[in-house]
Amino acid sequence: MSNPLTAWERIELIRNKNRPTARDYIPMIFEHFIEMHGDRCYGDDEAIIGGIGRIARVPVTIIAHVKGRNLEENKKTNFAMPHPEGYRKALRLMKQAEKFGRPVICLVDTPGAYCGIGAEERGQHEAIAKNLMEMMRLKTPILTIVLGEGGSGGALGLAVCDELAMLQNATYSVISPRGFASILWKDASREKEAANLIRITAEDLKEFGICDAIIPEPVGGAHRNPALAAEAISGYVRQAIPNFIQKPIDNLLQTRYIKFRKVGAFSET
Amino acid sequence: MLEDLFSIVKSRATGAATAQSAGDGHVSVPADLMFKCPRCQKMEFMENFTLSGKVCPSCNYHSRLTARERLEITADPTSFSEYDAALKSVNPIDFPGYPEKLAQLRAATGLEEAIITGECAIEGSRCVIGVMDSHFMMASMGSVVGEKITRAFEKATEKKLPVVMFTASGGARMQEGIISLMQMAKTSGAVSRHDDSGGLYITVLTDPTTGGVAASFAALGDIIIAEPKVLIGFAGRRVIENTIRQRLPDDFQSAEFFLSHGFVDMIVERSAMRKTLGRLLRFHERGDRP
Repeated sequence: MSNPLTAWERIELIRNKNRPTARDYIPMIFEHFIEMHGDRCYGDDEAIIGGIGRIARVPVTIIAHVKGRNLEENKKTNFAMPHPEGYRKALRLMKQAEKFGRPVICLVDTPGAYCGIGAEERGQHEAIAKNLMEMMRLKTPILTIVLGEGGSGGALGLAVCDELAMLQNATYSVISPRGFASILWKDASREKEAANLIRITAEDLKEFGICDAIIPEPVGGAHRNPALAAEAISGYVRQAIPNFIQKPIDNLLQTRYIKFRKVGAFSET
Repeated sequence: MLEDLFSIVKSRATGAATAQSAGDGHVSVPADLMFKCPRCQKMEFMENFTLSGKVCPSCNYHSRLTARERLEITADPTSFSEYDAALKSVNPIDFPGYPEKLAQLRAATGLEEAIITGECAIEGSRCVIGVMDSHFMMASMGSVVGEKITRAFEKATEKKLPVVMFTASGGARMQEGIISLMQMAKTSGAVSRHDDSGGLYITVLTDPTTGGVAASFAALGDIIIAEPKVLIGFAGRRVIENTIRQRLPDDFQSAEFFLSHGFVDMIVERSAMRKTLGRLLRFHERGDRP
């Protein structure tokens, strides 16, 4: 399953306006999805949706960043850039999943957490940090699938998990190539060069031991055949879930801790 | 904002005696003679500024200390022993120029990396301590910073000691790519285990605590203290201004801003920090000391 596309070509591909979003995938992958709203604190952030559904007869909690398919939808979903209440809603639903013993499936697709006044006032940093800490010890399995853009801390807030899968053309990075070029080279126009340099593809992340599985996309990308892409995601989730729901919780949490604990490159002499 | 931070650090790290202009007069003075407060823009003789503990006499902005200076004024004399001093950064994504940059910063700061961790006593109470140093690549968090913090929490959990973490950072170490992002999860995981074991964790937010550090272990203290006037926040100021296309108020993302919005327990002056930490640590001691 070699992928001939460069990192930059993949970025262009996942920005295709016809690329399926979580709203497209959820009904194709899960049965009887029921959406839940609100963080019980401040509001309901439509950049992250969450609810309950079923896959292979197993009830699961689904939490997803949602990109809009047109301007109208993007106004509502804020181009999938969540505010703190989005992360807090996600955590609320994860805790609910923990209580009722449901695995959590997170679908990641965001340019990043929103940068704005309200987001800062309501503690964007705290909301993300809390998710990282609580997801690390959530007593139910978490699977995360990066559908398109895995943008920095905004993606990580839904991506502390037992297993991370990425669609073949998805990317996951510490900062957008544009931001990278702008900060380190003071020249945002070098984003293409940055994209190909900073190791953001599914294969790169697999090599680093961060991504565990790559889910194939239809030839030309998921937008060419959304049903086929959904089938591949569904197939992945169906085979992955049994591996985790059978594990004793202590064992599961220890393995999750180690999955992140071991990431790092340094010398010690 | 990050760009500003980087340029400030770069000029300091290269040891360049950069001239600062006072007002519009283009009067050049050696950078080490005068201190210009980045908050109120007032100039002060460096000597007065240093005598005041590097606090701006005009506006009370608590400026950046080196990790060694911080340990000096925080830990009881001779009580500090360092952990993991031998950890060194490598170049995981083969980013051009990164090893050279690290070498240059090591030479300029005398530090191996952007954080010092270890064990000490504060007013007689033992604790694990971590101090980030913004003079080293704006204390961005790469593998070494993440690993040292994680190990510090793991040791504290094992030894049943509280953790005091002085945070400062521009965010994730971009030169290490996705591996730096994962340090947010890794450190937060270590905090969660320390928390599960009943251990106390006190965060002291110093200038600046932003980005991926603000959005991970820095936000997770049982008690969160900030120094006056310091910059705290998730996103850079310029990024937000570019997003919303308007100028932000001056106190936006200050310690005071986050105190009023409920994300900081207290603002503590540098001169009172050691006593405050000592008292908080004693409150949580598990022995029978009063």
